[in-house]
Amino acid sequence: MEMQQFYYDNKIVKKFIYATILFGVVGMIVGLLLAIMFLFPNITDGVSWLSFGRLRPLHTNAVIFAFVGNAMFAGIYYSLQRLLKARMFSDFLSSLHFWGWQLIIVAAAISLPMGYTSSKEYAELEWPIDIAIALIWVVFGINMIGTILKRRERHLYVAIWFYLATFVTVAVLHIFNSLSLPVSFLKSYSVYAGVQDALVQWWYGHNAVAFFLTTPFLGLMYYFVPKAANRPVYSYRLSIIHFWSLIFIYIWAGPHHLLYSALPDWAQNLGVVFSIMLLAPSWGGMINGLLTLRGVWDKVRVEPVLKFFVVAITGYGMATFEGPMLSLKNVNAIAHFTDWIVAHVHVGALAWNGFMAFGMIYWLIPRMTKGKLFSNKLANLHFWLGTLGIILYALPMYVAGFLQASMWKQFNPDGTLMYGNFLETVTQIIPMYWMRMIGGCMYIFGMFILVYNIYRTIRANQTIEDDFAEAPALQEISKKRLNGEKFHPWLERRPIQLTILATVAILIGGIIQIVPTIMVKSNIPTIASVKPYTPLELEGRDLYIREGCVGCHSQQVRPFRSEVERYGPQSKAGEYVYDHPFLWGSKRTGPDLLRVGQKYNDNWHFNHMWDPQSISAGSIMPGYKWLFDNEAMDISDIETKMRVMQTLGVPYTDAEVANAKASIAKQAKGIEQNLHSDPDFVKSYENSKKVAAAKGEEFVPMSQREIVAVIAYLQRLGTDIKVKDNAKN
Amino acid sequence: MFEAIKHNMETIVGVEIYPILSLLIFFTFFVGLGIWVFGYKKEAIDEMSQIPLKD
Repeated sequence: MEMQQFYYDNKIVKKFIYATILFGVVGMIVGLLLAIMFLFPNITDGVSWLSFGRLRPLHTNAVIFAFVGNAMFAGIYYSLQRLLKARMFSDFLSSLHFWGWQLIIVAAAISLPMGYTSSKEYAELEWPIDIAIALIWVVFGINMIGTILKRRERHLYVAIWFYLATFVTVAVLHIFNSLSLPVSFLKSYSVYAGVQDALVQWWYGHNAVAFFLTTPFLGLMYYFVPKAANRPVYSYRLSIIHFWSLIFIYIWAGPHHLLYSALPDWAQNLGVVFSIMLLAPSWGGMINGLLTLRGVWDKVRVEPVLKFFVVAITGYGMATFEGPMLSLKNVNAIAHFTDWIVAHVHVGALAWNGFMAFGMIYWLIPRMTKGKLFSNKLANLHFWLGTLGIILYALPMYVAGFLQASMWKQFNPDGTLMYGNFLETVTQIIPMYWMRMIGGCMYIFGMFILVYNIYRTIRANQTIEDDFAEAPALQEISKKRLNGEKFHPWLERRPIQLTILATVAILIGGIIQIVPTIMVKSNIPTIASVKPYTPLELEGRDLYIREGCVGCHSQQVRPFRSEVERYGPQSKAGEYVYDHPFLWGSKRTGPDLLRVGQKYNDNWHFNHMWDPQSISAGSIMPGYKWLFDNEAMDISDIETKMRVMQTLGVPYTDAEVANAKASIAKQAKGIEQNLHSDPDFVKSYENSKKVAAAKGEEFVPMSQREIVAVIAYLQRLGTDIKVKDNAKN
Repeated sequence: MFEAIKHNMETIVGVEIYPILSLLIFFTFFVGLGIWVFGYKKEAIDEMSQIPLKD
């Protein structure tokens, strides 16, 4: 048989590894800054683009799409070529994929701190960047499938199935969740509203975890763990079952993020049932990974790469045991909206994704530079710092979550809330936030050690060149099944059919979720008194979105006695019908805001947004001083915004659209008037007029500044059903 | 508990078929998967699990 000679593309792998390391450092430092803000909320006082609400999506996006994303691509580009005995399909596409992805990351790193966000978690980027993501993702897909088609290995190893499922599912999820109508170049409204938007978002959010953070890394596990241990995977049969049942079941479980919400019960219960079933394939995969090391546990003691893999797979097992438990309604009632969830995701991100990536980097770099790792001791130090860092991060957050949830639910014998002031439940858990910050520091310090170790390794060894390889060409055999050939072996040499079947497997669950979502609209009991937002409130809502308020405040009162007592009547699906996008939130660092409207006067909000600590001593909310700047709010797009809303089914009349600016002026003047009831406001307001005059600046009346729109929106929240509580079913 | 679910589903036309369909889809899926996997020859399984170690 004639041997064909070719080269594996190592340079593209190198690029993705460098990007992984760079953005890992960036994403983790932003995370640390956020952790510090829980302790010193005004550490970036007055700097809008360094405020918590804007940096939080930057942290999550940087870690998920930049750090984990680049690590995934590095691992896929390395393993795919070798599993298929072929160079990547096109060097140009590889390059386009790499630079396109980094450009998207840079666009995110600029646009998110500037406040351009759709507010949908892990899908915050605005529509032009969304389109770029879709295009680059397709480039990745073509390059991968092209490589598969020109392979020299007949059978597709299980890792490749995971890569294919990742490609297909992320594409489907991304497109459906990002559907929105643009208002301007960097502003759009989700085509879905309220309950529907929530269901689509968490179908996406849950499966982004599944198919961006889990399936590709499982593929990497099935390649790199056998490589590092130098023995085949424990059970290849189990890996087949793992793959098909995981992708089949995962996609159904999204609604477990919305338990006790205004989502219809049947959808909630569907999510719970599938989440429990998910335990089986997840643990099957974990066991398969760990048992691959049977007989080589002595190696684990001396080989840092294997240590990282063992903790990573254990972290995967812990997170995937915890996930189904958290989706039980009684557990969820405690954990949801608390730091428990923060602990849960960080076990996944720091242990599973982080440690898999570190192990992979420590394994790949010495091989590609044809030498040894600079220091095994430093890698071991990194391992221990990282492991202890994870523990010190997660344990206090579990305690904080449980403690705070218990305090939220605690009643006095007379039936009043024991901790009626939300802030009391926050100040109690500050020590946990300190410990979390220290744990995070340790983890980042470990990352710095990796940077140094890898830098020294690269300097000491050879430059990374493409690897020479040879393999016989794949002989043509019948596309049909051979005599005696079973279905699955046939399927494994037919990549297109395999991809189609995998797509069908994920679409069944997807359709079952999406079809009722569309039908949900007709299933939502409408509430006659719920009306669209006024133009000023709509602008205020957009500012609420821009500042990322949803990162710390929910708008979803669950049907618990403790929540109704604290916040007011429970949420009803019909209240959110005009909310494009929904703003239910997933974390309560501060109290729920659904019923905050008319609870305090305008001056309270005014002073609170300027300096929260002056109203609530010990509050960990930062001030939003830039909303008060001597600048007129930009309302130039209001008519377009309302017209887009009209298209989406919000019943604004044409007259309302035409009169939008007049309506804004009128409502804003009313709020400014209310503010004058506070003598302190009058005094400082007159003062600021003088300051502006002295500086020669034009003075912008308070009614034209952004803060007034925010107050208008906050005062409207949840008030519609107070008018008349007459839900029509 | 199931009363609560049924109540919400009643508005969907022909909803009675859903649970039967779901059961059938699941049953067929996992039985099919079982047959595939356990129908493998040992040599084929070994060969495939060696792929990553061959380069």
